[in-house]
Amino acid sequence: MTNNSAPLLQMQNIKKDFFGNQVLADINFTLGAGEVLGLCGENGAGKSTLMKILFGMDVIRETGGYGGDILIDGQKVEFKTPFDALEAGIGMVHQEFSLIPGFTATENILLDREPKKKNVISQVFGDRLDTLDRKEMERRSAEAIRKMGVEIDSKMVISSMPVGHKQFTEIARELSKDRLKLLILDEPTAVLTEKEAEALLSSIRSMAAQGISVIFITHRLHEILAVCDKVVVMRDGHVVRDVPAKETSVEDITRWMVGRDVQQSAAAQTHGKVQGDDAKTVMSIRNLWVDMPGETVRDVTLDVKEGEILGIGGLAGQGKLGIPNGVMGLYEAGGTVEFDGQKIPLNSPRKCLDSSLAFVSEDRREVGLLLDESLEWNIAFPAMQIQDKFLKKLFGGLIKWRNEGAIRDVTNKYIQELQIKCTSSQQKAKELSGGNQQKVCLAKAFALEPKFLFVSEPTRGIDVGAKSLVLEALKQFNRESGVTVVMISSELEELRQTCDRIAIVSGGRVAGILPAAASSEEFGLLMVSQVI
Amino acid sequence: MSGKNNASVGSRLLDLVRSNAVPIMFIIICAIFIPMSGLSNSYLINEIVTRMGRNLFLVLCLLFPIMAGMGLNFAMTLGAMGAELAIIFVADLQIWGIPGVVLAMILSIPFSAVLGWICGNILNMAKGREMITGYILNFFMGNGVYMMVVLYIMGSIIPIAHASIMLPRGYGIRNTVSLLHMRQCLDDLLAIRVKGVKIPVLTFILIGLLCLFIVWFRRTKLGQDMRAVGQDMEVARAAGIKVDRTRLISIIMSTVFAGFGMVIYLQNMGNLPTYTGHSQIGMFCIAALLIGGASVEKASIGNAFLGVILFHLMFIVAPGAGAYITEDTMVGEYFRVFLSYGVITVALIMYEAKKRMVKSKAGQELAEAQVRAGKEAAK
Repeated sequence: MTNNSAPLLQMQNIKKDFFGNQVLADINFTLGAGEVLGLCGENGAGKSTLMKILFGMDVIRETGGYGGDILIDGQKVEFKTPFDALEAGIGMVHQEFSLIPGFTATENILLDREPKKKNVISQVFGDRLDTLDRKEMERRSAEAIRKMGVEIDSKMVISSMPVGHKQFTEIARELSKDRLKLLILDEPTAVLTEKEAEALLSSIRSMAAQGISVIFITHRLHEILAVCDKVVVMRDGHVVRDVPAKETSVEDITRWMVGRDVQQSAAAQTHGKVQGDDAKTVMSIRNLWVDMPGETVRDVTLDVKEGEILGIGGLAGQGKLGIPNGVMGLYEAGGTVEFDGQKIPLNSPRKCLDSSLAFVSEDRREVGLLLDESLEWNIAFPAMQIQDKFLKKLFGGLIKWRNEGAIRDVTNKYIQELQIKCTSSQQKAKELSGGNQQKVCLAKAFALEPKFLFVSEPTRGIDVGAKSLVLEALKQFNRESGVTVVMISSELEELRQTCDRIAIVSGGRVAGILPAAASSEEFGLLMVSQVI
Repeated sequence: MSGKNNASVGSRLLDLVRSNAVPIMFIIICAIFIPMSGLSNSYLINEIVTRMGRNLFLVLCLLFPIMAGMGLNFAMTLGAMGAELAIIFVADLQIWGIPGVVLAMILSIPFSAVLGWICGNILNMAKGREMITGYILNFFMGNGVYMMVVLYIMGSIIPIAHASIMLPRGYGIRNTVSLLHMRQCLDDLLAIRVKGVKIPVLTFILIGLLCLFIVWFRRTKLGQDMRAVGQDMEVARAAGIKVDRTRLISIIMSTVFAGFGMVIYLQNMGNLPTYTGHSQIGMFCIAALLIGGASVEKASIGNAFLGVILFHLMFIVAPGAGAYITEDTMVGEYFRVFLSYGVITVALIMYEAKKRMVKSKAGQELAEAQVRAGKEAAK
């Protein structure tokens, strides 16, 4: 029986607990065909878990399944694996890319669904020996890319693509599936430049016009208002609001998400400290180049004054991320960097850490965290290894024991200060949500008690509540310990809230340095001044 | 600007040298050794052509597991054992010449396939440690199972008709089985001589067919799946590719083709060293492939050709060169063994180092600090 009146997707009383820890309760919402639903909530509110349930991910079944019903076209479904969900026409683009690095976009878009040609050998030995029909593959991928409405090079190998194009490749892969009825996008714009994000939003609109429903998860609330038909706001495992997008505003959503008022755009506030020319230069960078794929730095000369918070902003791909990665030795770099009057050898991370520099990477999963270890280990490990902290010495230092008590104390201190949501200081880092992992990365750097701290994209993929906490913690760290902080971020607003001066990087060079109080137009002009 | 450009050209050249360091080193070694060895060019060319015919097929078998991301297949020896079992039966049946070779190849298929299936299943349980697992497996199968079958079961349980290939005690196979009536029959058929150099055309045709097969195979669905699995198992699985099965097939293919290769190898040698024939095959084929510029995750047909030429050129000239330098042939002998093990070791170390570097430089930093701390604690 076809029931035309039934909406495409109904979620009824969805419940989920992880070993007694209730993460979702009484989730109800519906989504019609061709509708765009914006799903937002703080980190840890349960958005990802809910989507995992909908997509039939293994982890849900392994942890005891879920309660409640999912209805598709009025029929109750229960997906045991993601393949069942795909079969039912649900596609999902995850936060982590799921692409084969050495394949072209076309090969990835049609992975395991390649059109094939029969031949003599495959008649005998089975269809896995059919040859691939490259022409048809190109045609199909071109069609999917056209459907998406964003131009990407279908012949380019994934590993040499900028991060935004990888994201679009993933979306094109979902669109190339004929059955697709519902597309889940989990924070797709987090890695995109503003222009790419714009393109994605218009592509979401055109998908909806073609009858594909979209669930759009993002922290950028204005994007939700721009494309969504309705907004579902989650907090602590509950749906707190389910309203049409037209009847709401960024302020309302923010309030519902955090359950309290968040002060937004405190830009241009004075920091009291006005840096004169007399302040000591603590780090001077001369003619730095960094070979970081997608973020090449060409020729950067920059002075950082002692005790300030210097922001580095700019569009994605212009090289702002390359600066800290190059100085800290994670990518091949050249030029001279002096810290405290002494030259720092480049391409040698250990030397940097030894000279009291610390770095919170933008790549928290790969570089920042030991995912399988406890929070205690994550926070204390670098300090222990590099500075011999948290160690008890026996026999005059011949044998060193870990001082578990001190480690626990310092971990609990940071858990409190940064409000890290966790069950205990023993919890594994990988079990935390994205925003809380970011806080752990910060705590790790703080525990080193550095003189100089690089923070790269500290708020990427973090919700508003956590964002202001993280920024506040940085400011406090700067004020109380006199630490010089260089913060790199793509979001100009948060740089203006936090920093004393902001350097804008464009085309791999510093286009100019402005005080935080300068107008957005001035920053905007600098950003595009040397774009390549 | 021009300074920068020069630097980039220079660094590109450096990259080229660095990525081909191993073949370049061996070309230099051979260039120094050839005049020292005092061997004539025609002798060298003759030897190289013979050895290419003998070994290339075996080396090419290694390409399938590399494609599937399973590294260097030390367990290709299993295919060689399958071929040896087949050859023993063929010798017992007294079927010689081309029919004997063809029969041996056909008989080797079930042996190799079963051994490859066992091996593939074990390697699927040991993901990420395929090479060491394959290596130990080849010891167990070679020194354990194969030896038991050939030394005790053949003649006692499996009937062996001809006493000439049996040990005098009445069961078990002799240390050497003569394949005199099969010797170079494949090589001689259609062979042509160019300026005194014998070219085994038929053998080269077989090798050419395998090369064509490999090129064609890369374009099939299965080949595409193997490349996908080789690069990222998780992504491939998420896309619906049967990862374990694909890996299993790649090992079985490698083993079966290795069986064919071993038959070609043995007909060229003209005798079967029953208990030692397979023991060095895997090692030497892998060394040859690596010398040709292959790495654990990337290898081409070109690497196989270049590798076989360079490796065996060194093999031929090393004793002579050793004698020239130290008046002792043993030094040259030692030198070539030293180099073949050395190149494998270096390749494996480079692979591990690269894997770690790629995974995360910062992670490496932590690991080093850990080692240092460990040493300090050990003091």
